[in-house]
Amino acid sequence: MSQRQIELEVLRYNPETDTEPHFQRYSVLCEDEWVVLDALNHVKATIDPTLSYRWSCHMAVCGSCGMMINGEPKLSCKAFLRDYEGVIRVEPLAHFPIQRDLVTVIDDFVTKLRRVKPYLIPKEEKSIEAGEYLQTPAELKKYKQYTLCINCMLCYAACPEYGLVPKFIGPAAISLAHRYNQDSRDGGREARQQEIAATEGVWECSFVGACSEVCPEHVDPAGALQQVKIKSTIDWYQEHLMPWRNK
Amino acid sequence: MAKSNKPIVWGLFAAGGTVTAFVIPALVLLTLLPALGVVPELLAYDNLRAFAGHWLGKLVLFAIIFLSLWHAAHRLRVTLHDFGVRADLLVAIAVYLAAATGSLAAAYYLLRL
Repeated sequence: MSQRQIELEVLRYNPETDTEPHFQRYSVLCEDEWVVLDALNHVKATIDPTLSYRWSCHMAVCGSCGMMINGEPKLSCKAFLRDYEGVIRVEPLAHFPIQRDLVTVIDDFVTKLRRVKPYLIPKEEKSIEAGEYLQTPAELKKYKQYTLCINCMLCYAACPEYGLVPKFIGPAAISLAHRYNQDSRDGGREARQQEIAATEGVWECSFVGACSEVCPEHVDPAGALQQVKIKSTIDWYQEHLMPWRNK
Repeated sequence: MAKSNKPIVWGLFAAGGTVTAFVIPALVLLTLLPALGVVPELLAYDNLRAFAGHWLGKLVLFAIIFLSLWHAAHRLRVTLHDFGVRADLLVAIAVYLAAATGSLAAAYYLLRL
């Protein structure tokens, strides 16, 4: 195992003492196979215990360690030091307010996620005695990819539209709504459409595609949003041109 | 929240994108060939005029021109928004008006054939 001296430039902000964020340099001896999160943990353990950041699983499952690394939204547990040269700049996720150092305020995303009802709303209620809601592999395949979202919010940090129009419901929440809409057991699409077919829903998306580029779980939110647009467009024509179809 | 009426402009935009992606490269090639002096029998003036003179030909040509123009207009509107131009209503009127003008001109010349 070889080691390398790593220069980290980390954004610091303490709302109790600082008027605005500033960068702080740390020089740490790191193992070659470490990720940026390991380097931050090393800093916190040996140099500066006041450094604040979120992390939990260290294996790209929990979605809490998202940060801007050299300006790109990344899970810091998946960003290998060997892929970077020179000074590595670490900042909190873009487009979110900073709570402290690398910790962001994520209330906006959580509220939006709730609004799209990201849970199964059964088409027909069944009693427990009536058994399971059965599903074929083909029906599972229609939405499985969208279940992989870990709510890490990298797509929000990457999305220029979310940066411009903070009301935009955004990639992950709409992809998750799409996940349940695509589920053969679900009957909640109409309730979700009230949110995602609104102007600040899917229609703020201009298909930049950055969300799908940064998604660590390959959910492809941009693809989900385009599918939502097509379905919402079909809805619109049915509601306005085929009134006999409306209930 | 009320559902958006964006599907009107987006539906045409999506249709135009599909048409543009499939048909326009072929049209560019077919237009460049005669421009470079290579005129296959199929593309001779009389043949093309007969195609454009038939009502079905007119319909196809108009659909391609209208959808492509609409697609370009909407793309331009969104691109300007992404570049930070915030006068969306003004931009929308300008680009869609340009697309409408082009489409009307196409309809006018097609009907005169």
